[in-house]
Amino acid sequence: MDILVKILYAIIAIMVATIWGLTLVAIVRKIYARVHGRFGPPLWQPFIDIIQTHARRAQVSHGLMFYLGPVFRLAGGLGTFLFIPIIYNSAVFGNFSMAGDVLLVMYFIFFGQLGMALGAGEGGHPYSPIGVARGLAQMATFELPFSLAVIAVAIQYHTLNITNVVAAQQGGILNWTLFTNPLAVIAAMLSLLGMNSHAPFSLVKAPQEIPIGPPIEMNGSFLGILQTNRGIFTAAKLVLFMNLFFGGAAHPNIFVALLIMMVKTFSIYMFSVFIGAAFPRFRPEQSFRFFLKWPTIIGVLSVIFIAYF
Amino acid sequence: MEKKYIDEIEKEMKLANEGLPEHERKFFSDARPSRIEPLNKHLENFVNWARSKSLWILAFGTGCGSTELRPLMTARFDISRYGISGRPTPRQASVFVIGGYASMKTIKRIVRSYEQMQGPKYVIALGSCTINGGMYYDSYNTINRIDYYIPVDIYIAGCMPRPEALIAGFEELKAKIRKGECDGMNKYADNFDWYKENQKKIIKDWNMPDYNW
Amino acid sequence: MENLIKKLEQMVDVKSFVKKREDLYFLTAREEQIIVLLAYLKEKEGFNHLAFLQAVDYIEDNKFMLTYMLYNLDKKMNLGINVFIDREKASMTSIHSLWHHAWQYQRELHELFGIDFPGSPRVKESFVLEGWDEMPPMRRDFDTLEYVERTFYPRPGRSTNDPKDYMKEKKYKNFVDSPKLRR
Repeated sequence: MDILVKILYAIIAIMVATIWGLTLVAIVRKIYARVHGRFGPPLWQPFIDIIQTHARRAQVSHGLMFYLGPVFRLAGGLGTFLFIPIIYNSAVFGNFSMAGDVLLVMYFIFFGQLGMALGAGEGGHPYSPIGVARGLAQMATFELPFSLAVIAVAIQYHTLNITNVVAAQQGGILNWTLFTNPLAVIAAMLSLLGMNSHAPFSLVKAPQEIPIGPPIEMNGSFLGILQTNRGIFTAAKLVLFMNLFFGGAAHPNIFVALLIMMVKTFSIYMFSVFIGAAFPRFRPEQSFRFFLKWPTIIGVLSVIFIAYF
Repeated sequence: MEKKYIDEIEKEMKLANEGLPEHERKFFSDARPSRIEPLNKHLENFVNWARSKSLWILAFGTGCGSTELRPLMTARFDISRYGISGRPTPRQASVFVIGGYASMKTIKRIVRSYEQMQGPKYVIALGSCTINGGMYYDSYNTINRIDYYIPVDIYIAGCMPRPEALIAGFEELKAKIRKGECDGMNKYADNFDWYKENQKKIIKDWNMPDYNW
Repeated sequence: MENLIKKLEQMVDVKSFVKKREDLYFLTAREEQIIVLLAYLKEKEGFNHLAFLQAVDYIEDNKFMLTYMLYNLDKKMNLGINVFIDREKASMTSIHSLWHHAWQYQRELHELFGIDFPGSPRVKESFVLEGWDEMPPMRRDFDTLEYVERTFYPRPGRSTNDPKDYMKEKKYKNFVDSPKLRR
């Protein structure tokens, strides 16, 4: 019985995260549109897009690996999500958090992109591997400052369990990692820009350059799965950042805690949107060099500071 | 005796990709397009409502009508508030906007892109050149009636129609989709031989498969 | 410009020098001497930009007239060189060794008029008309209306209105033109 209840709670958490992730994407599109001086698409547009893509009458597939590409991607997104506690100390939104789950979550972030690479390469289009190669290379480089920041946080709190990290940050704003270990937070926020694939690192998807990049041959339900995954993955990454660096969402009342979670994740996402709106794109070699220079140095410095001071 | 009969039927059902050289024929599919019926009534109503709220245009500017699509996307006549956005690949698009005259070179690419689109697909034809040839009716290089080559759902008259007229045309298309009358894909599959014969009459160097899946 | 013409007349056989505007002049040259003339103008006189190479179909005289338009960037002067070639066996020396971009003009003329330029790179590739097997369409004896009615499907019910008669019918039926106003 216990496991069935847990499964029900996990399904509720996944649905909340998908809806919140897709709404975030729609809100950001609306903000971009208002900045341009026009109205944007309505807030429920991503949901209608997903319904419309799933409802195609004929779908073209290119073989077994082509099916597995979006499935791996969604599995990566779900796996990332299910091991992060959304709200601290809650039975419904606690998810399957366990000891050492930070490393598992970081593995799942990488796993999704790898599956996408295999599926896109099977598509038979000559331009998908270009986007795939760029995406994987950029992912390898932004993992570096992020891992260093996570190591710094783990050394600081003597634990790899996200729930314990959140527990150590309770009791006032000044206990947040943002104020006790600022260098790690700076390194991680810089690698968040690469994770969200916003400008200046959006050349990976480059919709105008190589027509749409890796998901070029994905049609119908394949594309629908990819778009659903976009919602879950965004929400999962932002919740991870919120838990590790910004104090997590903890409140005795569950709805107030959800509200705190939404406000915090929205602010973290707006950080990358503000920078994205102001900067043009980097070329791939420039973006790799960027990640390997200053964010890595800041990450190494943060580990040294935390270990010895 | 029976096996020979079945072989003949099977041969009729497949396409002879004569335009391709021999060694390339095994890379392309030789199946005909077939009818795909819509779902049952209530589900199809709901899905048509969703399709009308999010139309994806194939970003392929075929003629002088594509200069009217650019002001639509910018801030003055914002078309993204209607849920319409552009996709660069025919695999993901559902609306094909044929902007104006279609020369012989373009009609080959139009046919190729149209056949690669998936599922319920709609065609909007802009301008008077698609209706009866327009001002190029006596030119050796442009066609006179586009609906003898691909099935068309909505015509928008003008030379070129202004963006306000285009928005009105999109609203008409949405109303037609919701009623369930836009069935271009099945119409193409039913009259496939007639369309193909018309296309092959003017596209003389046919070096692609008979149906581009 | 006149001393230029005197210099040219000593070298090649030029005729009918015409001045159309302050900066536009036309010459007529002979087909065999075109390379010498163009090379001299390009290297020694500063006409080093080939603006275009076009053809006119004189079906009554059974000739094509090719026009090479050269432009002098320093003195800002256009000089057009007309060459008459035979219409039946239309072939002309290629000038792609002087200006490399002339290959594109020659490819277009081969497709639309049927003029051959032996030696020009890629001259037989189709430019706009893929798979064309009729007469080259810009010749004046190609009946384009008949071709359209044969190949395409004109929509019935098309009508054309003369604007003056239409407006007179609609707006001012009883108006009579005064003889004094007629120009």
